[in-house]
Amino acid sequence: MAITPNPYKTTGALGWIDDRFPLTKMWKEHLSEYYAPKNFNFWYFFGSLALLVLVNQLLTGIFLTMHYKPGAETAFDSVEYIMRDVPWGNVIRYMHSTGASAFFVVVFLHMFRGLMYGSYQKPRELIWVFGSLIFLVLMAEAFCGYVLPWGNMSYWGAAVIINLFGTIPFIGPDLVTWIQGDFVPSDATLNRLFSIHVIALPFVLVGLVVAHILALHEVGSNNPDGVEIKKKKDPATGIPLDGIPFHPYYTVKDLVGVAGFLIIFCAALFFMPDGGGYLLEAPNFTPASQINTPEHITPAWYFGTYYAMLRATPSFAGTQIWGVIVMGAAVVILFFVPWLDKSKVKSIRYKGALSKIALTIFAINFVILNYYGLQPPSDTVQLISQIGTIIYFAFFLLMPWYSKIDKTKPVPDRVTE
Amino acid sequence: MTRLLTRLAQVSAMAVVALLPQAVNANSGMPLLHFSADSGNLPSVQRGARNFMAYCSGCHSLKYLRYERIGSDLNIPPDVLKKNLMFTSDKLGDQIKIAMPAASGDWFGRVPPDLSLETRARGADWVYTYLQSFYLDDSRPMGVNNTVLAGASMPHVLWELQGWQKKAEHAAEGEHGAEHGGGHHEGSPFEPVSKGTLNPAEYQGFVGDLVNFLDYASEPGKQARISTGLKVMLYLFVLLGLTYLLKKEFWRDIH
Repeated sequence: MAITPNPYKTTGALGWIDDRFPLTKMWKEHLSEYYAPKNFNFWYFFGSLALLVLVNQLLTGIFLTMHYKPGAETAFDSVEYIMRDVPWGNVIRYMHSTGASAFFVVVFLHMFRGLMYGSYQKPRELIWVFGSLIFLVLMAEAFCGYVLPWGNMSYWGAAVIINLFGTIPFIGPDLVTWIQGDFVPSDATLNRLFSIHVIALPFVLVGLVVAHILALHEVGSNNPDGVEIKKKKDPATGIPLDGIPFHPYYTVKDLVGVAGFLIIFCAALFFMPDGGGYLLEAPNFTPASQINTPEHITPAWYFGTYYAMLRATPSFAGTQIWGVIVMGAAVVILFFVPWLDKSKVKSIRYKGALSKIALTIFAINFVILNYYGLQPPSDTVQLISQIGTIIYFAFFLLMPWYSKIDKTKPVPDRVTE
Repeated sequence: MTRLLTRLAQVSAMAVVALLPQAVNANSGMPLLHFSADSGNLPSVQRGARNFMAYCSGCHSLKYLRYERIGSDLNIPPDVLKKNLMFTSDKLGDQIKIAMPAASGDWFGRVPPDLSLETRARGADWVYTYLQSFYLDDSRPMGVNNTVLAGASMPHVLWELQGWQKKAEHAAEGEHGAEHGGGHHEGSPFEPVSKGTLNPAEYQGFVGDLVNFLDYASEPGKQARISTGLKVMLYLFVLLGLTYLLKKEFWRDIH
């Protein structure tokens, strides 16, 4: 007999659980009685898709780890073992490698949605901050994973990125040795990156995702109109008039998004897993070599924008640390967006021309920077990257100004569709 | 400002050019012949396997590939496999290793590389062009050099088939396109010196078979992956239709 009967009056097995664990309570709070605005559009698919890709990475990662052997002498061979001798190992590996790229595509679009509809504005600042942390951790996670096959691009990519720490004054060189566990990237480096990739960062990532969703469900979802649906509630039920239960409405709608996403994702992983050299780079089919440097060391495509900024920053005062600072600042500045936007309205729909132009230029500039970040260095690449870096930062640093003086349109009381 | 705009225009033009699919060998800047490797062309891959074992496997291993796998993937029965393709081992489960001693590095200046992943690391175009681009060069230890890998230490193993060729006197370097190769067309960087047992077209076919086999060897599961992919796509399109109908049904009461 329950000490205190649960308020949901559930009986049987479910009742037994509900007396001891908030199962029905959680189901209702997060799904069947979580009221989401009814006017979500295309851009709202990417949150649930990010979750799908995360699960894909965790599951395929478990199976890869069963056969992968970390170690400078064993890693490359064990990946080929997976590709050839493990039944369907090639497909599992491609699900994971294509999944990494898909993760960034989905997350970039998800973040763009947030910028477009002001999803970071009060009271959703913490959701945005958790999201920015997820982005940061995701980049670290992707970098570690990129090194694991121990191909030649893995090796030199690791060398370049770890050596960024070497630009820190005084402690830099010792710090690099400490991080690598050796004087060059080696067996010790590979093993610790493996540990970080499969244990440390996935833990942090999952924890942050939970925090991201809990914060979201605490304040409720924003929507393309930037209208707070909780302001207009049905007086009898207390349910927002423009809200609909997440389950079943958005669960069935997101299934459509999942099917559409999987068509693109599976087309890539089954028919062009190399992605023309962007998803799996040709030099990475050669084992790591300390002697042979790839002709042109590029990071994975999803780091192109930030790599462009790193290269664009000239060194002066005898140190190259400025590029590292600029690159770091480009990520850190994301955390401050909720406080940089001084607009009275959330959604781009009711913001003025200045904000619309700024966001459009920012998005185009992001893609251009990404492209040039992957090109071999030259004067023109350098010039474009420098202009792009300035535009990137101008979008954020000028935001308090243009979002304030921008003429806004009146926001309707209720959502429009 | 005008200068900046001109610069920007130049850059955008360069960007467009950079995006065009144009295979250029990074090593020498020579354009590569184009070859669409097809590991699904079974007769070609079978011929390539036979020719690889006959001409290449003396020096080049395929250390990630097992004989047994070749047999089952290419429909070659074990006895045929053992008799015609297995020269260094008689165990079907063995990987394809070379018989050369480790010290053989001295013979060529380096141990001949393993070719399991060659078409993925360098591309099918590169391998296809490389095998057609040996030319006589007295300054090299083996008497031959290669236009796509300058200073290659490999001798022209296939000379009996292709015959010898030398660099054309007035070769317009970099301007010959896809027509160069085994055939000695106008604009080819090579001039024939002596005939081989194969005519130019046959030799191109021979090299094509080898590249198809190497493409197979670089990912033996490729064909199974592609055919599974087609079924997955079919399933997903049905799933998309069904989920869309499900969504419409649920959302009928939302306005």
